[in-house]
Amino acid sequence: MTATLTAPAVAPPSSARSRRRRRTLSPILLAFVLVPLLVESFWVFWPALQGIYLSFTSWDGVSPAALVGLGNYAELFGDPTFGRAFLDTVLWLVLFGGFSALGGLAMAMLFLKERRGVGFYRAALFTPVVFSLVATALIWQAIYQPDGLVNTVLGALGLDSWQHSWLADANTALYAVIVPALWRQIGYIMVLYLAGLKGIDPTLYEAATVDGASKWQQFTKITLPQLSSVNSVVLSVIIIDSLRSFDVVWALTRGGPYHSSELLSTYMYSTAFQSLRLGYASALAVVIFVLAFGVILTYLVRAFRDADA
Amino acid sequence: MSRRPLRTGGYHLVAGGISVLWLLPIALVLVTSVRSFDDVAANGVGSLPHSFTLGNFGQAWVDGGEFQAMVNSLIVTIPAVIITLALGAISAFALSRYDLPFRRTVLLVMLAGNLLPPQILLVPVSKMAEMLGIYDSLTALIGVQIGFGLGFYTFVLYGFMRAIPNEIQQAAVIDGASPMQIFWRIILPLTRPALASLSALAFTWVFNDLLWSITVIRSDTKMPITSALLGLQGQYVSQWNVIAAGSVIAAIPTVTVFLRFQRHFVAGLALGAVK
Repeated sequence: MTATLTAPAVAPPSSARSRRRRRTLSPILLAFVLVPLLVESFWVFWPALQGIYLSFTSWDGVSPAALVGLGNYAELFGDPTFGRAFLDTVLWLVLFGGFSALGGLAMAMLFLKERRGVGFYRAALFTPVVFSLVATALIWQAIYQPDGLVNTVLGALGLDSWQHSWLADANTALYAVIVPALWRQIGYIMVLYLAGLKGIDPTLYEAATVDGASKWQQFTKITLPQLSSVNSVVLSVIIIDSLRSFDVVWALTRGGPYHSSELLSTYMYSTAFQSLRLGYASALAVVIFVLAFGVILTYLVRAFRDADA
Repeated sequence: MSRRPLRTGGYHLVAGGISVLWLLPIALVLVTSVRSFDDVAANGVGSLPHSFTLGNFGQAWVDGGEFQAMVNSLIVTIPAVIITLALGAISAFALSRYDLPFRRTVLLVMLAGNLLPPQILLVPVSKMAEMLGIYDSLTALIGVQIGFGLGFYTFVLYGFMRAIPNEIQQAAVIDGASPMQIFWRIILPLTRPALASLSALAFTWVFNDLLWSITVIRSDTKMPITSALLGLQGQYVSQWNVIAAGSVIAAIPTVTVFLRFQRHFVAGLALGAVK
């Protein structure tokens, strides 16, 4: 399956020149491009521009929006909740991103070779990917309850002093939320790495084995370099997903207690739709956009290069 | 040679252990969903079951409003998936098979739209929906799901359609086929595997979305299943048996799609890696 899907990466030879001769702008083709483009402009590009504009205003959604210049951005600097949400987002990126990449790669290596039972193991890791993050959150909320599975197991092991209300404690809430997010993400990253690992030419390993390279040398000298394009996709996916992470936090803690698990995305949402400070919330959204911008750009450059290589 | 059975055993011990660990939360939610409230209250959510009942599912389905929510979710998801893929397919076709001016720019602008963090769109989209009079309606949700997903599907289908050899198309052109006929009779049938993968993926993405549904939908009767689940969490505080049953119900459609289209589904996810 993957093989057929890999095919598009290679552009068909000789197509460029023959295509050029068909420069006929039939109305139907124009409509084929313009209709989807208009739909996306209406729901995405136009609102995005409005979002940037709104970040320079103060607006409660009812009375007319008042321009305040850079006022919202100035306020961000003095806002301790913003600072907290910013640091939590960075921490989320490092922990959620780092562990899902490492975990995903480790699981892909473990479940790469076709052997008995491996289909079941892959399916087990992959199953959470199809659940919604809300359902995932509710499952884990039950696990984290004071009388839930985690505390029950700790009690059975005689570690009563470790028992905790994991989600209600400001010191543990963020970490407790990352675990369910990882539980769902690792299977996804594993699939990406499995596809990448299967694309590595096995003769490279055979040659290395003949030359007496150790497993670790094979990993660092063959596997990792060969995975470089998958790595960059995984990196983009992780950063974009981290900045978008919302559902699981919202369903588990709403960013609390005392903003201890607040991410920029949840803080933006509650500022907009609970505090009804739409201008300030738009400034928060612009910060998220700016953080994502570099990744989006590199992803696009890569896509541009590959799309017409 | 004599170490092989030992190593195989060790492998299955580790791999099996990880799998069990991964499936444990799912097993727990399945078990909790068939326990009675008294059992959960007396023995804790983390204990072994002491009761069996299917009443929780009825409670979540009827009293918890999950039936209506499931209907709403399907009303949103099915048209959203079909329309997004249709629009993605026509734009990918025109951009990949014809030398239109600015085609690469258009393609990348469309993809860029999909990569934007949705947060920047939340406020303007909800206000726009209000102005159009479609706020708090499933129409608004379908619209935004289509608009926001479009770029990604166009990009993936573009890659696919571009790989189809040009000779096939040239033969059709010589026979006098119009672009519409080329699209419908030649290119689209050859794109079926990609369309299958993307539909399976798109179904789970749209069906599982929470952010857009809580942004444009307010009334309980119009909520899709994800936000209804959040409602259930508030309505049945610490009745974990009902919440677990609700979560199981909410997962059934996507699990079904996954099991039915497993091959396509995993292939679709891998699209990103080999792109």
